[in-house]
Amino acid sequence: MRVHVDSSKCQGHNRCYALAPELFDVDDLGNAFELHDGNVPAGLEDKARLAVANCPEFAISIEE
Amino acid sequence: MTDTVYGPVTDWATDFDHGAPEYNANIYKIWEDLKAAGCPIAHTERYGGTWLPLTNEMVHEIAYDTEHFTSRSVVVGQLKPSEVPDALPAPIGGAPPITSDPPFHQEARRILLPAFAPKKIDPLRDEIRQMCHDLIDNMGDAELIDAAEQYAQHIPVMIIASMAGLPKEDGDIFRSWVHVILAGIGESREEREPVFLALNEYLEKAIEDHIENPRDDLISFLLEAEIMGNKLSREHVAGTIILLMVAGIDTTWSGIGNSIWHLATNPVDRRRLVENPEMLPMAIEEFLRAYAPVTMARLVKQDYEFHGVQMKEEDWVLLPFPAANRDEAKFENPDQVIIDREENRHAAFGLGIHRCLGSNLARLEMNVAVEVFLERFPDFELNTSEEMVWSTGQVRGPRQLPIRIKARK
Ligand code: HEM
Ligand code: SF4
Repeated sequence: MRVHVDSSKCQGHNRCYALAPELFDVDDLGNAFELHDGNVPAGLEDKARLAVANCPEFAISIEE
Repeated sequence: MTDTVYGPVTDWATDFDHGAPEYNANIYKIWEDLKAAGCPIAHTERYGGTWLPLTNEMVHEIAYDTEHFTSRSVVVGQLKPSEVPDALPAPIGGAPPITSDPPFHQEARRILLPAFAPKKIDPLRDEIRQMCHDLIDNMGDAELIDAAEQYAQHIPVMIIASMAGLPKEDGDIFRSWVHVILAGIGESREEREPVFLALNEYLEKAIEDHIENPRDDLISFLLEAEIMGNKLSREHVAGTIILLMVAGIDTTWSGIGNSIWHLATNPVDRRRLVENPEMLPMAIEEFLRAYAPVTMARLVKQDYEFHGVQMKEEDWVLLPFPAANRDEAKFENPDQVIIDREENRHAAFGLGIHRCLGSNLARLEMNVAVEVFLERFPDFELNTSEEMVWSTGQVRGPRQLPIRIKARK
């Protein structure tokens, strides 16, 4: 599974970083980016889906 | 204030008044009735013409559409910016970045973002916790308390004053100013003007002092900051501090108050959170969704047809994020508060380029304030023998929240 933050949509609500810090980090301005080149380590799939389902800007996409 | 200058509302679809006390007190019922009557967008001649769209789709559309809607003034008032003699023009507006439009908005916002990014805000947790404990210590062993007046309202004031570099003891003065700016929309200009003047004078002194004695706080940071190679004007710095006070105080006070109100009236949820404190962050998101404190506003740039209604240039358009959060087209059982709701794309902090700059701080304050309250008061209920009072205006939350404490630690 892979996740990706579309930086043109992300407004830094930080839901993803709060819910899945193993998968996302934030820069000095508070905007998010994916860790591990977007590869979701085994066992964290649910967290990835949770982050997607809570991003108000629909900025995170997921590839199963 | 019992009524606004416009008098009692005759019909909520065609003559609504969001500044009337009964609006915030009955908000969910009013929306429900409007939608049931087939009115997804209400209108009023009050405030020189104002629209109230109620669906998630419309709120999204307006929030993202900076071409047809300007942020030049985001709090509906009796005067339009064009009627205010010294109002700053678009795209800057009186309190950047909230009153700014692209392209200037991004510049004004970018300088503030680093100060409110998660890694700057998270370390404040212990300071906020201590503050909350002190406030509860001050209550002694009283059985009856007011959680809005004795608790919720103090937390954001102390924190924002400390971040800005202003004395914490001035909290009461800030709150009174913020109250007049936000809640006094129905009051006359004569009543409001002296407050704006006093606020400006106070900040001018504080800025002067920071120029002479720079230190490690937000005012000094702003005085050093540059937009496109130019230092910020003093008016810009003062406007930003006013914005942070106005945007950060009543809103967070409301967010904390709404959460405590829910827990005081829903013992099952309260018990679940006392027993499982790790559920709190998710519950706070649900309180933010179901009781979103903030409705913003925009002005129509030019005559514009929107979802079948004809909007006129300089009409006000309210952006009720709280209504967007209760649209059944986007949320399952929107009127139910489900503290472990998994999918929660709520818009309590806005959408698009104006996303609440203080959202990381506000979330931390709400989480810590409710966490400490539940730790110290594992059992409490609404004290119905005293009056509960809701705010008036675009920020909604309890201003008097009488609570009976039934267990304390
Ligand atoms: C629960 C508490 C809060 C809520 C619900 C809230 C809500 C909002 C909303 C809905 C907006 C969007 C405005 C728009 O679209 O026009 C906003 C913007 C803003 N908020 Fe908050 N806010 C809260 C707390 C705070 C705090 C604590 C601060 C700072 C100390 C703050 C500072 C700001 C600023 C500066 C903006 C303007 C951002 C921009 O225009 O780019 N807010 N807030
Ligand atoms: S939740 Fe969405 S908007 Fe927020 S930081 Fe993550 S990607 Fe960006």
